[in-house]
Amino acid sequence: MLSTGSDTIQELTVEELRAKVGTGMEIANEEEHLLLSMGPQHPSTHGVLRLLVELDGETVVNLAPDIGFLHTGIEKSMESKTFTKALVMTDRMDYLSPMSNNLGYILAVEKLIGIEAPPRAQAIRVILAELQRVASHLVWLGTHALDLAAMSVFLYCFREREYILDLFEMVSGQRMMVSYFRPGGVWRDLPEEFIPAVRHFLDFFPARLADYEALLTNNPIFLNRAKGVGIISRDDAVSLGLTGPSLRASGVQWDIRKTQPYSGYEQYEFDVPVRTDGDVYSRYQCRIEEFHQSLRILQQALDKLPDGPVNASDRKYVPPPRAELGRSMEAVIHHFKLWTEGFKAPEGFVYQSVESPRGEFACYLRGDGGSKPARVHFRAPSYVNLASLPKMAKNLFMADLVAIIGSIDIVLGEIDR
Amino acid sequence: MDRDQFVVEKINAAIPDAIEEILDFRGERTIFIHQPHIKAVCQFMRDDADLQYNFLSDICADDMLPDFPRFAVNYHLYSIPNNHRLRLRVRVEDPDEGPETMGTIWTIATWLEMEVWDLMGVRFRGNTSLRRLFLPEDWQGHPLRKDYPLGYEDVQFSFNWETIDAKKPYAKE
Repeated sequence: MLSTGSDTIQELTVEELRAKVGTGMEIANEEEHLLLSMGPQHPSTHGVLRLLVELDGETVVNLAPDIGFLHTGIEKSMESKTFTKALVMTDRMDYLSPMSNNLGYILAVEKLIGIEAPPRAQAIRVILAELQRVASHLVWLGTHALDLAAMSVFLYCFREREYILDLFEMVSGQRMMVSYFRPGGVWRDLPEEFIPAVRHFLDFFPARLADYEALLTNNPIFLNRAKGVGIISRDDAVSLGLTGPSLRASGVQWDIRKTQPYSGYEQYEFDVPVRTDGDVYSRYQCRIEEFHQSLRILQQALDKLPDGPVNASDRKYVPPPRAELGRSMEAVIHHFKLWTEGFKAPEGFVYQSVESPRGEFACYLRGDGGSKPARVHFRAPSYVNLASLPKMAKNLFMADLVAIIGSIDIVLGEIDR
Repeated sequence: MDRDQFVVEKINAAIPDAIEEILDFRGERTIFIHQPHIKAVCQFMRDDADLQYNFLSDICADDMLPDFPRFAVNYHLYSIPNNHRLRLRVRVEDPDEGPETMGTIWTIATWLEMEVWDLMGVRFRGNTSLRRLFLPEDWQGHPLRKDYPLGYEDVQFSFNWETIDAKKPYAKE
């Protein structure tokens, strides 16, 4: 028995273990099955996710997720900040797609106060949200392949992701915590070099995508690990609230960008990829196809990017440009009021959902007439999608569990919030 | 007749007196339901051939302090076949006697109710898995309530060590 000082590793009974872990999982056979605690520090759980797994030999009999290791009380903290200042916290939830989080929150704020961003700002938002989708899917692809022992894909994916993060730095000054979308528009207009840089990305990226597909799509090792594994039926997926590519892989054609378009998505032509098998491979195919569709949207958005202001002209909500401060007393007053007190939102509540790379990201926002949100709640797609994991992994091997976690693409920062 | 109104009339025909109030704000329809009827209404809205609200987007609770009833629970429903969103809102007087669980209607409800219980402390009748999800097992209180402080733990100094220590919630010998 290992021992360090007075600390001894104890053998716990099942009851003690269950009491300690707090997952409330039903254990089928306490005598013969092995209870395994996977994580929270485990490379295949994509963050600090802990899974309590009941194993019969190598077969998963049951499992329960244990979360909360990253809980930072974001929803509570946002209630103490003005609407504009609370924005920075949304970046930190799903740290792989801050632009999508910004968009979901900002659209909810704009709906609550009743203003709309000008066309150019909306197009900029679409461009950045789609770049974000590509960047986020690249991390998914890299880590998913890494879990299935394909090392090189990871390195390539992060190389391309780095290019996109450079684009974000170009527009917002930050690689990841961008806070670029603001109520009524965006922080500043795009810099001159941004459009050529995105066009360059659109030129080289399809060939890189073909490289990844050459490495994985018909690779027999990958197919063996992915095909027919982690199947979830259409009805189960809907009942379990699965969204995003994971839902579409089960045969439900539902994309919020199509059904309830926001930020001008109705102007762009794109398809919603759907597969019907509902296994790990279908989810892989759906996301790979989404890369191509995002590139299509990007191409169209760049081609018809309108000219004009990037911020709404309502000075009660949008701070005046710096140059006006020297000439106009009203501008000084507005500037001062907006950056100290913030704008006031009416009483009422709204719910705004957007299609984040992981699924339906939604923001419930209640205003009480003051300048701070009375209640902010996020429908985090990773949190809801995680609930499907036990269903998918039942009666499969432990190694398949790793493949399934990768395929539903969770981010723990968003689960715990 | 628009879809919002159609749903209201369907509910009124099937379950009279279920609807307490109707609110339209920013193009979103909210239907306030009396707490005892919420389960029947949800079951009806999922199963009725014309409504088919087969997707439960979200459950979240509001603390309306100092108003009474203090709590409100929102159910954000979505119908994939009809592409229509709707919010049901239930006013909850006593958080320990909250609405019935929707776990039998939409499987995901059990999971979403766990979050509401952990952070807002509204209990859902019939949900047997309510437990601390994000917070440690021995946590006191529910942080999203309005009367829960944001932080600001008292700092111990030598002159007030005992006074602060007496208030701290860890096990003492």
